[in-house]
Amino acid sequence: MSIIAMVLVVIIAFFAGMEGILDEFQIHQPLVSATLIGMVTGHLTAGIMLGGSLQMIALGWANIGAAVAPDIALASVASSIIMVKGGNFTSTGIGVAVASAIPLAVAGLFLTMIVRTIAVGLTHGADAAAKEGKYQTIERLHLVGILLQGLRIAIPAGLLIAIPAAAVQAALTAMPDWLTGGMTIGGGMVVAVGYAMVINMMATREVWPFFAIGFALAAVSQLTLIALGAIGVSLALIYINLSKMGGNNGGGSNGGNSGDPVGDILNQY
Amino acid sequence: MTEKIELTRNDRLSVAWRSQFLQGSWNYERMQNVGWAYTLIPAIKKLYTTKEDRTAALKRHLEFFNTHPYVASPIIGVTLALEEERANGAAIDDTAIQGVKIGMMGPLAGIGDPVFWFTVRPILGALGASLALSGNILGPILFFVLWNLIRMSFIWYTQEFGYRAGSAITQDLSGGLLKDITKGASILGMFILAVLVERWVSIKFAVSLPAKKLAEGAYINFPSGSVTGGKLQQILADQASGLSLTKMAPNTLQANLDSLIPGLMGLLLTFLAMWLLKKKVSPIVMIVGIFIFGILMRVLHIM
Repeated sequence: MSIIAMVLVVIIAFFAGMEGILDEFQIHQPLVSATLIGMVTGHLTAGIMLGGSLQMIALGWANIGAAVAPDIALASVASSIIMVKGGNFTSTGIGVAVASAIPLAVAGLFLTMIVRTIAVGLTHGADAAAKEGKYQTIERLHLVGILLQGLRIAIPAGLLIAIPAAAVQAALTAMPDWLTGGMTIGGGMVVAVGYAMVINMMATREVWPFFAIGFALAAVSQLTLIALGAIGVSLALIYINLSKMGGNNGGGSNGGNSGDPVGDILNQY
Repeated sequence: MTEKIELTRNDRLSVAWRSQFLQGSWNYERMQNVGWAYTLIPAIKKLYTTKEDRTAALKRHLEFFNTHPYVASPIIGVTLALEEERANGAAIDDTAIQGVKIGMMGPLAGIGDPVFWFTVRPILGALGASLALSGNILGPILFFVLWNLIRMSFIWYTQEFGYRAGSAITQDLSGGLLKDITKGASILGMFILAVLVERWVSIKFAVSLPAKKLAEGAYINFPSGSVTGGKLQQILADQASGLSLTKMAPNTLQANLDSLIPGLMGLLLTFLAMWLLKKKVSPIVMIVGIFIFGILMRVLHIM
């Protein structure tokens, strides 16, 4: 890696760290951050493929309320650096980088918790500033919080870059076939955990049939994700509209009354 | 006060821009409070001129706050409307403003999480990732551009909606519209999740079963002795129409499972994971466990 590439990777890591908490532009998602790191280090295609594989695993990871999901920002930045330094851009190299991302995602959890605890201090600083009516202090404290989140990923990324490439390569080639092969098999299955988390959140008796329809239709390999998405949206619209009509046809005595104001609100849009 | 102080479109745009940094100093004590105050500062500056008023406003907006970062926008909109009324002399006290914030953040987070984290992001993510797996740059670009278009229009238009609707929005959102949105999102979400489970949970058994003997006519009966042109043509045509070259058909466990419904094992694994999650098994433990299981299966040549 050239010096310029190293600096750019640390900058990307910094942005990924900020986004990891802000969750707005989604730069921290592997699809974006691994692609960017691949681009600045001259391995664009491998970066895109790594991002795609990691994204599949992380689809269901989300920060809900005060709970923190495994840290996808650290995972995607660090595993991209490992792939670039390992110098293996075949599907095996990408598979190993994906597998190394999992323990990193867990380690990142603790870094996030530390920064979120430090930020309690910022809140008290803001209270003091509010008493004096000082806007700028509150604004600055908030920016410090964001910077800390950026450093949360930028510092580990810098350390990882500082490790000699030869050491990373030696560690990767020392991995026996059963380990890398097994990791690839595990990587194929591990996505189920993320899906299970999401399904547990959403599943009700009412929506299970839609799961069954989706599963059966997905086996038709000619249907692309966009086609399946169109079917899903249509099913949802049809279901909501039909459940409102039910009341008027005498299907349910109280369904009509509670359904009408909803229809009125929707009609106003 | 002679003239009515109003928040201009620019003030509201500036608030909407800042709302993107809502979670920046997320902390374990009052969560998004500093980010919330940071977001409202342009409005507070405009509305309150005396130090006492400003101090009171800043204090009031450093209280506990936490919701999904995008659905905070309608709450911000309503709060802007209330603060504007208050600055113009209406009798809106701190408890009313705090009540609206607290009252809205719960139910709205209830829409934001399933809609954005569990429907839009998995769908766009899966779309982008499936392109990216073959190294197509359109994957990441599509994901990034579509996501941010949806997100930015959502935060601006819902903030404006909240600003115009004022406190009326609280009644509105606790009614039927909220139910429709969440129900629609969970239907679409469940449908797409099933697709993802089928397509992307990959479990391939490497185990072969004893070969099956094919029925007469399902394989090509090679004549012994010399083959003339006509016979050769017949054999090639048979093969092209899908007849087997040998009497025995290779048989694998995977092919048998696929003939039930493709992706069955992935579905069972997902159900197992759901059950374990309900038993309070940590997802991290399960992820590590799956990798160990994968290595074992590889060593034993089962997968």
